[in-house]
Amino acid sequence: MSAATMKRAVSPARIIPDGLSRIRYEVTGYFRQGDSVFFTFLFPLVMLTIFSVAFSEASFGPPGDEVSAAAYYLPAMLAAGVLLSGLQNMSIDIAMERGDGTLKRLAGTPLSVVSYFIGKIGQVLVTGILQAALLIVVAVVAFGVELPPEPERWATFAWVFLLGVITCAILGIGLSGLPRSGKSATAVIIPIVLVLQFISGVYIQFSALPEWLQNVASVFPLKWLAQGMRAVFLPERFEAAEPGGEWNLMGVLVVSLIWLVVGLIVARLTFRWIRKDS
Amino acid sequence: MTNSPVVAVRGLRKTYAGGVEALRGVDFTIEAGETFALLGPNGAGKSTTIEILEGYRDRSGGEVEVLGTDPQRGGAAWKARFGIVLQSSGEQGNATVREQLRHFAGLYPNPRDVDEVIAAVGLEAKPRTPIRKLSGGQRRRVDVALGIIGNPELLFLDEPTTGFDPEARRQFWELIRNLQRDGTTILLTTHYLDEAAQLSDRAGIIAGGRVVALGAIDELGGPEARVPIVRWVEDGVLREVRTPRPGELVARLAAAGEPDRLEVIRPSLEDIYLGFIASERTAQEVPA
Repeated sequence: MSAATMKRAVSPARIIPDGLSRIRYEVTGYFRQGDSVFFTFLFPLVMLTIFSVAFSEASFGPPGDEVSAAAYYLPAMLAAGVLLSGLQNMSIDIAMERGDGTLKRLAGTPLSVVSYFIGKIGQVLVTGILQAALLIVVAVVAFGVELPPEPERWATFAWVFLLGVITCAILGIGLSGLPRSGKSATAVIIPIVLVLQFISGVYIQFSALPEWLQNVASVFPLKWLAQGMRAVFLPERFEAAEPGGEWNLMGVLVVSLIWLVVGLIVARLTFRWIRKDS
Repeated sequence: MTNSPVVAVRGLRKTYAGGVEALRGVDFTIEAGETFALLGPNGAGKSTTIEILEGYRDRSGGEVEVLGTDPQRGGAAWKARFGIVLQSSGEQGNATVREQLRHFAGLYPNPRDVDEVIAAVGLEAKPRTPIRKLSGGQRRRVDVALGIIGNPELLFLDEPTTGFDPEARRQFWELIRNLQRDGTTILLTTHYLDEAAQLSDRAGIIAGGRVVALGAIDELGGPEARVPIVRWVEDGVLREVRTPRPGELVARLAAAGEPDRLEVIRPSLEDIYLGFIASERTAQEVPA
């Protein structure tokens, strides 16, 4: 074979087109995988439905500004969705792909690692956006939640969501090296994700937690993600219940960015197509 | 293209963490257009060797060149020139046969036609079937299809027909012969010696981390290993004589009356192979 018969060059120019091709491939595969659709994609919706129905008589928030359970839990479930679609799905998925030979096969092709990650992050973005849209639509249509009318709030939603998804996805790549085998991936990752949700104000009202636990949770990004979502969707008078009595969007930004950088470094240092010489 | 070999291995050594010496100086070359079989028992170092050539493992010593490149430094352009059929795959297989092949075809600069490859591996009835719904043998054909979709100059086949029924194996051989006619260089490992004899030009037998025999398939082991064996039973005792002129011996035996359970055996590649493995094992048991 001579160079003249080459239709396309193998070069950095392939990284983006290959990445886009991976996104399509990954999204298709995601929705054909029954358990990922249920435990990642629909799970927050199921939880929102349970909370909304179980606490349908209760109201949340300061007197005069009470909201329904559905309205109260919508931001929490949006945050949970970002964590599940990003961190949980990504880390389990990559660990399984390492275990079942998918990564080994890809390692033998000209595919760039960067294209592979574009595919993964693209898949998380696409499924995360669909998941958030579904949550919001169900909250409005089925449970009569009123959405905030202010464009500034939606701008906040956009950056909190995007930053959250990307940070969680990158952290997922970093965590994917933790399980020693594909089979143990679920057992290693799910408890981490579950504990984070309980201490970060997703299932339990954050202000109801003891202060030391609030401090522990404040180290991790989920607490800030949930707080950012509450800033978008809850009435202003809820702000007083937050730590320090403010939404602290700057804190959301800074902590998320720090975790994004940490995740990038860990992913860069630890990701391997295969465990060499194991 | 120059005349330099497609694969060149000199003094290849591999020591795993913990001190296990998997390879202790392996040498062989594969010329362009040649099919070379790497034979040997499990644990002999076949897979270690092939994985070093594919770039999956780093070597501990020696020199390796694959398509003119050191596998430890091979980039995307290098990987685009060969195809790999790995030993086993347990992937989830949510994509259909055609989706999977189309996706992988897109990763190569000069891929083969997707439907042509599907037909070549005999899956033309299943292009829209999700891979996870295929039988084991059919999934293996997808592996082979993925190995050749990039139109490789060099193809690594690591035990490609394990789990195939006899008919599927014959079809697979036909597919390989077509690739050979197109000039593809092939490195094959297999436990089926008839497969190695059918498909390859040359073979190397690897045992105990070393190449113990190397040569053309019909010359492997030298002429003495191919001396026919005449076997019969005399007075209830099994007799075996190796002779280059078995007809003469049989005629002499027959002159004294019909010999009991008479056989003339020409050692197959399998007999020769087993002979090497047995003598290698004895050699290892004797302390140096």
